[in-house]
Amino acid sequence: MRAKLGTATAERISRSHAQAPRLSALRGENQEPVASGLDRLIHERMRLGIVSALAANPSLTFNELKALLRTTDGNLSVHARKLEEATYISCTKMLDGRLPKTRYRLTAAGRRAFERYLDHMESLIRAAREK
Amino acid sequence: MTPAKPARTPRPVLVALEDRAADNLRFIRETMERAGSFTAVPGRGGVAIGLTALAAAVIASHQSTTARWIFVWLAEAVLAMVLAVLTVAQKAHAARVPLFSGPGRKFALGFAPPMIVGALLTAALYRDGELRMLPGTWLLLYGTAVVSGGSFSVRVVPIMGVCFIALGAAALASPASWGNGYMMAGFGGLQILFGLIIAQKYGG
Repeated sequence: MRAKLGTATAERISRSHAQAPRLSALRGENQEPVASGLDRLIHERMRLGIVSALAANPSLTFNELKALLRTTDGNLSVHARKLEEATYISCTKMLDGRLPKTRYRLTAAGRRAFERYLDHMESLIRAAREK
Repeated sequence: MTPAKPARTPRPVLVALEDRAADNLRFIRETMERAGSFTAVPGRGGVAIGLTALAAAVIASHQSTTARWIFVWLAEAVLAMVLAVLTVAQKAHAARVPLFSGPGRKFALGFAPPMIVGALLTAALYRDGELRMLPGTWLLLYGTAVVSGGSFSVRVVPIMGVCFIALGAAALASPASWGNGYMMAGFGGLQILFGLIIAQKYGG
C-alpha cells in the first residue's frame, strides 16, 4: 500500500510512526479500539471505501462508486455529502445528454487525510508487532 | 451481591486493534484494486493504436510481397505495444497508482501468454508458408489475450476480446485476400470503437 502512494508517503509514514500514539495509551478499557487523533470521518467503512476508490482514480461517477461499493443511492449520497462537507472530496454535476451525472474527485485535503489514516493503521500494526 | 467480574487482560484488546487495523488496510487495498479496474486499460491509447492500425492496413495493402506485408504489420505491432505501455503508464500515473499494481499486474499476466503464443505461431506459420492463416491467428490470439487479461477488468474489456475472437474466426473461414480487410476492421475499427467507449466511461 505504501508503494502505491509513493516515497513522499513512505517518508510521512516513518515520521508518523515516530509520532504514532503509543499502544499503551490505547489499551484502556474502552470498548471501541479507536485511537485519539484517528480521523473518524474516514474511519467509517463506506466513507473509507469512497476515499480509497477515489485515491485510485482521477474521478468516479456516482454510479461507478455505487457499483464498486455495492451500496444504495441513499447510503452513498449521505456519506459522500459528509466527505464533501469536510472538503475531502469535490463533486461536479453535469448533464450526459439529458441525464444528470455526478462526478467525484479526491481533493488535496482528502488525499492528505487518507495518507494520514494509512499511516495511522500501519503504525498500529507495527507497534503491536513490536510488543 | 453481584459476582466479581473477571479482570480484563490487555492482550485481547491489543490483538483486536492490530486485527482491525490490518482489516482496514486490506479493505482499502481491495477497494483500490477494484476501483483500479476502471482505469487499467487506456481508452485513448486504444484509439491511438486503432488509428495507427488503420494507417498500417492502408500501407500493407500496397505492398508487393507477402513478406513486406508481414513486415508492415509486425512494425505496427511494435508501435502498438509502445503506445500501449506509454498510455497505460500515463493512466496509472494520473490515478497515482503504480504501473503494476493489482489490476495492471493481473491484466499483464493474463495478456502476455496468448501474445507469446501468437509470436511463436507467427514464426512457425511463416516458416511453413501458411501465411493465409496469419490474420485469423493474430485476431484470435489478440482477442484471447484481451479476454484473459480483461477478465478482472470492467466488462467492456472482455467483450472487446470476444469481438476480436469472432472476427478472427470469420477471417479463418474467409478467402486469404480478405485478410488485410479483417486486420483493418479488428485492429483499426474495433480498437477505436472500444477505445472510445473506455475513454468516455472509464476515466480516459
